[in-house]
Amino acid sequence: MKSKFISLILILIFIITFLIFYKGLKNSNIYTPNTNLEKEVPSFELKSFENDSIIISEKIFENNNYYFMNIWASWCIPCKVEHEFLMKLKNNEKIKLIGLNYKDNFKNASSFLNDLGNPYDLIVSDRDGTASIEWGAYGVPESFLIFQSKIIKRFIGPIKNEDLLEIQKLIR
Amino acid sequence: MASLIGSYSLSFGLFFSVFIIFFSVRNLRDTKILDKKIISFTFTQFFFVVTSFFGLIISFINSDFSNETVFNHSHTTKPLFYKISGTWGNHEGSLLLWLLVLTLFISIFLIKSSQQPKNYRIFTLLFQQIIIIGFFIFLIKTSSPFNYLFPTPNEGLGLNPILQDPALAIHPPILYLGYVGSSIIFSSALAAMVTSHVSKEWAKHIKQWVLASWVFLTLGILLGSIWAYYELGWGGFWFWDPVENVSLMPWFALTTLLHCIIVLEKKKILTSWAMILSIATFALSMSGTFLVRSGILNSVHTFANDPERGLFILIFLFTLIFLSIFIFIFFHSGKDKKENNFFWLSKETSILVNNWFMMYFLSVVLIGTIYPIFLEVITTNKISVGPPFYNKLILPFLIPFLIAMAIGPNLNWVKSDFKDKFYMMIFFTISFLLSALIIKQFDINFLVNTILVTSAFFLFFSTLREFFVKRFKNLSQNIAHFGFSLLILSILFNNIFSNEVITNLKIGETFKTEKFTINFENIDQEDEKNFKAIIGKFNIQYLDGSSDILNPELRIYNQPNIITSEADIKTNLFTDKFMTMNYVQNQEYFNIRYQVKPFMIWIWISVLLITFGGSLSFFNKRYEI
Repeated sequence: MKSKFISLILILIFIITFLIFYKGLKNSNIYTPNTNLEKEVPSFELKSFENDSIIISEKIFENNNYYFMNIWASWCIPCKVEHEFLMKLKNNEKIKLIGLNYKDNFKNASSFLNDLGNPYDLIVSDRDGTASIEWGAYGVPESFLIFQSKIIKRFIGPIKNEDLLEIQKLIR
Repeated sequence: MASLIGSYSLSFGLFFSVFIIFFSVRNLRDTKILDKKIISFTFTQFFFVVTSFFGLIISFINSDFSNETVFNHSHTTKPLFYKISGTWGNHEGSLLLWLLVLTLFISIFLIKSSQQPKNYRIFTLLFQQIIIIGFFIFLIKTSSPFNYLFPTPNEGLGLNPILQDPALAIHPPILYLGYVGSSIIFSSALAAMVTSHVSKEWAKHIKQWVLASWVFLTLGILLGSIWAYYELGWGGFWFWDPVENVSLMPWFALTTLLHCIIVLEKKKILTSWAMILSIATFALSMSGTFLVRSGILNSVHTFANDPERGLFILIFLFTLIFLSIFIFIFFHSGKDKKENNFFWLSKETSILVNNWFMMYFLSVVLIGTIYPIFLEVITTNKISVGPPFYNKLILPFLIPFLIAMAIGPNLNWVKSDFKDKFYMMIFFTISFLLSALIIKQFDINFLVNTILVTSAFFLFFSTLREFFVKRFKNLSQNIAHFGFSLLILSILFNNIFSNEVITNLKIGETFKTEKFTINFENIDQEDEKNFKAIIGKFNIQYLDGSSDILNPELRIYNQPNIITSEADIKTNLFTDKFMTMNYVQNQEYFNIRYQVKPFMIWIWISVLLITFGGSLSFFNKRYEI
């Protein structure tokens, strides 16, 4: 009786171990940093993309509006991939798109926008890349969803269709 | 061509399993003697796997890039030695090697076990065939080393540079001899239960296999550790990396079994325990393979992230576990003879104490390795378990373990009393004074460290004395235990006396500390066949006027394009001076890491002593316990 009970428990333990390993197999083990954060936006003072006027970050992000800040560059291939989704996002009136042009030159960047369309409501240029570092960017492209001067979610790498749907759900 | 032969041999090999099983089952009832056909079929199967393995080696030597494995892991500019070692430096090839050892061992087993009962031998063969078939199917279905590529590429992708190292060329084969040896123990334990052959004779016969696997496993771990020390440039010999732990767990189980089987050999007690350990050793080896190969853990050993492969090993592993639980419950009587009574102070007790401690260490490592996976699956929290966890849980328990190890071997069977009390007291006092004197020099926790070093010294002196008292009796055990005391002492001193400097330096700059000055003199460039080397020249001057020149290297490999850092190590009997150099991106600075590590070489020597002790008892019965 006692030995049967023990063997039953033993078998149960191994079945549970099996299930957990089985589930663990499906998990990706590539480390991704936490993307849901409630962090104040870092402030910056940058030149506008079109002209040399200075833009201060506090003036951009109003409290009751959603902002989508996208770090991009004309030399960045994945940025071209995500561009169509940005264009779709532009149609949504509840959200404003801010472009942070990263280590780029004016000529290439404007022809990039001329060819593919300009999704941004405002573009600032980050010539030496310091503002992106302040924001803790991992690379280009990277995007931040901002509400009430807080980063609600960050997107590392090009945004995909699922991301677009998620954003639309979040700002509804 | 060689690939084609290899591929067919593999299928033929699997085909022979059918014959072996058919004749074995028929032979179970018939005659009194083992059918000679079974042995020849087993050898034929082994022959086919050897052919297949050589097929792969030849494809690697000829750089036959129509073979996908060769294409992925070799390159024409590679030296011949690494072309050959590249054969098992990848997932597919290493599995083929595993299969090779599996078939080799069962052939040896059949020859060596002629004194054993027929049915026991056949059942061992049958259980081993289950494992062999599993690996055959795994190889052929999910990780064939002979996939054909068309059109044939001109050049291969190259072997990972950190694997291009002599220690690593022999590390996997040696480790596999240990792992696969445990499969024989597993099969034979199951067979012994099914045929009710769990006896003193069985223990005597399987002890040879336990010893052999134990020696190989220890050596394999040692080689891996040496490689990590000078190749990975982390500046240590053990990092509690999950993959290291995975090899340490079967080692704990095997070491426990080795001690347990000694008791079983003398009298028929602890049988259930021996069975559980035999099963656990192999199950742990297999789960090691699963954890490493499925990509569920990330490490230098993860060859491929393929969930399909992981799933196969997982199902295979648990099939074997359930099979063994089933056999254990239904066939094992578990009733030891009435020899079960022994006095609290006896050799039996001391071996049991060893077993308890070993099991404790095993569970600590098991939890540290598996728990993060469990936690992540259940709560999606990611944690990493590092050295502080293991140090805190293992170090305090080393103290009683070491003391028991010093006293245990001197006790008698069944009933004993403390012998040589006088010497024990003296040794303990000397050890304590010595340790207190040493530890006082350093600004570290006095109490814990002193007691730890005391117990290590105590074991050291006690085993040293036995060399003179007992002469050749129990020589192998004595050498192994002496080696272990040396190992713990070296590890402790290595930790306590270590000194490290990490800094960024430009050419021509110097860095001063209280004890020495590091002078970065210049850098040289050298072109080798498969890499370009940037060699730094550092002059280190000590206060006493002596100096050392160290030349750490950065290697820029051409295929694949990877930078590795080669440590330069100056070794002498007392300390290792260890220096690595790394690029700092886009700057003229180099990141320099300089470490003074005392008694490093003694760690390797003591592990070699331990294995030497083990192998001695394998070759000469006179030295046995």
